[in-house]
Amino acid sequence: MIDDGTNTTKCSCKKEPEDYGKGVQSGIAKMILIGAVCVGIWYAIYSQLLSFSEWFSYSILGLSADSHLGSAVQFFVYDTPKVLMLLLIVVFFVGILRSFVTVDWTRRVLAGKKESVGNVLAALLGVVTPFCSCSAVPLFIGFMTAGVPLGVTFSFLISAPMVNEIALVLLYGLLGWKIAALYFVTGISVAVVAGWVMGQMKLEKYVEDWVMEIRAGESGLSDQKMTWQQRFEYALDSVKDIVGRVWKYVVIGIAVGAGIHGYVPEGYLASIMGNSSWWSVPFSVVIGIPMYTNAAGVIPIVEALLGKGAALGTVLAFMMSVIALSFPEMVILRKVLKPRLISIFIGVVGCGILFVGYLFNAII
Amino acid sequence: MKIQVMGPGCSKCEQVEKIVKEAVAESGVDAEVIKVSDFKEIASFGVFSTPAVAVDGEVKVMGKVPSKKDVISWIK
Repeated sequence: MIDDGTNTTKCSCKKEPEDYGKGVQSGIAKMILIGAVCVGIWYAIYSQLLSFSEWFSYSILGLSADSHLGSAVQFFVYDTPKVLMLLLIVVFFVGILRSFVTVDWTRRVLAGKKESVGNVLAALLGVVTPFCSCSAVPLFIGFMTAGVPLGVTFSFLISAPMVNEIALVLLYGLLGWKIAALYFVTGISVAVVAGWVMGQMKLEKYVEDWVMEIRAGESGLSDQKMTWQQRFEYALDSVKDIVGRVWKYVVIGIAVGAGIHGYVPEGYLASIMGNSSWWSVPFSVVIGIPMYTNAAGVIPIVEALLGKGAALGTVLAFMMSVIALSFPEMVILRKVLKPRLISIFIGVVGCGILFVGYLFNAII
Repeated sequence: MKIQVMGPGCSKCEQVEKIVKEAVAESGVDAEVIKVSDFKEIASFGVFSTPAVAVDGEVKVMGKVPSKKDVISWIK
């Protein structure tokens, strides 16, 4: 995926002409300088957002800080630019990281890895390997034909949607680094354990027969080295693509969150989504599965729910089931997996999420 | 010339098909653009990440949307 055709001759040769090398170096220096200036401007704006939102809501619009409308508006005016700015910067740096990783490389790293170590590695690589969700099937075939164990493949397929950079940004921006870190660690853990359990169950017979019989060709597209300029372009493209796609969900999610924040009384949700009722965790997992939204839409709502007394474990379980057990993905995977294996997949991941939900409700 | 655009039919794959068709029209090359959505056939190219494009059976890109400029450079 690195090869972009036009530059293959330029970057595949090891010894570059002298002047070309110099040109590249001054190019990199220029890019670093521009990058540093951008980050500086970014930080200057970011640090003013809170005071801006208060000034805008209370002085310009003349709303009272204690009123329902005032607190909803201030929430919206503060959180929307904050989350979008965090998304811009994080998606860019994840894009740089991803320019070093390809699906083909991941496949080779995981091929023949033993279970356990393989599960951990697969869950971590699932976070950074770039692939679009509609490629889940070719990716599954690619892993199988390369000899990646089934359980290790599942660790990858679980962590890839569950632990994503957009969810991390939103959790960090709206709920702080502790919850973002908890989400990262538990998300990876669910992917590792669920994949490992599925590996132990020896489920290979439930993979559609044609997958195992496939004669995979070699694309002959070996990993080409990218120049730094290409990496920057790749990262900028991913910012345009991802932020362009999710910003609407972020804005809608924050608007709904702002409404809950301003109008739902404190502690109101404690009775429904609080940790006193044992059924609230399974209930939130079950309603999360058919919901087709993404992290960008669900997390601002999560923030507002938490603020009104919902228990953290219940809310995390809801969020994870929305993100990791989406119905459309199951439909895509049905092409390569027999129904029995899909049910086991939902069952094992669902149990992992339930465990996370109860764990957090118990300790926090 | 035969250009194969591989992908199950998601928005990115459709985007690639459009870019390839535009590139063919612009460069005036006589080429046939074929959409491949069968996973067995896709795997036979050694492609494990879609969208992907092959020109006369040779894979040129996989896992990302190429630019029109890239496509023109492959077919000229």
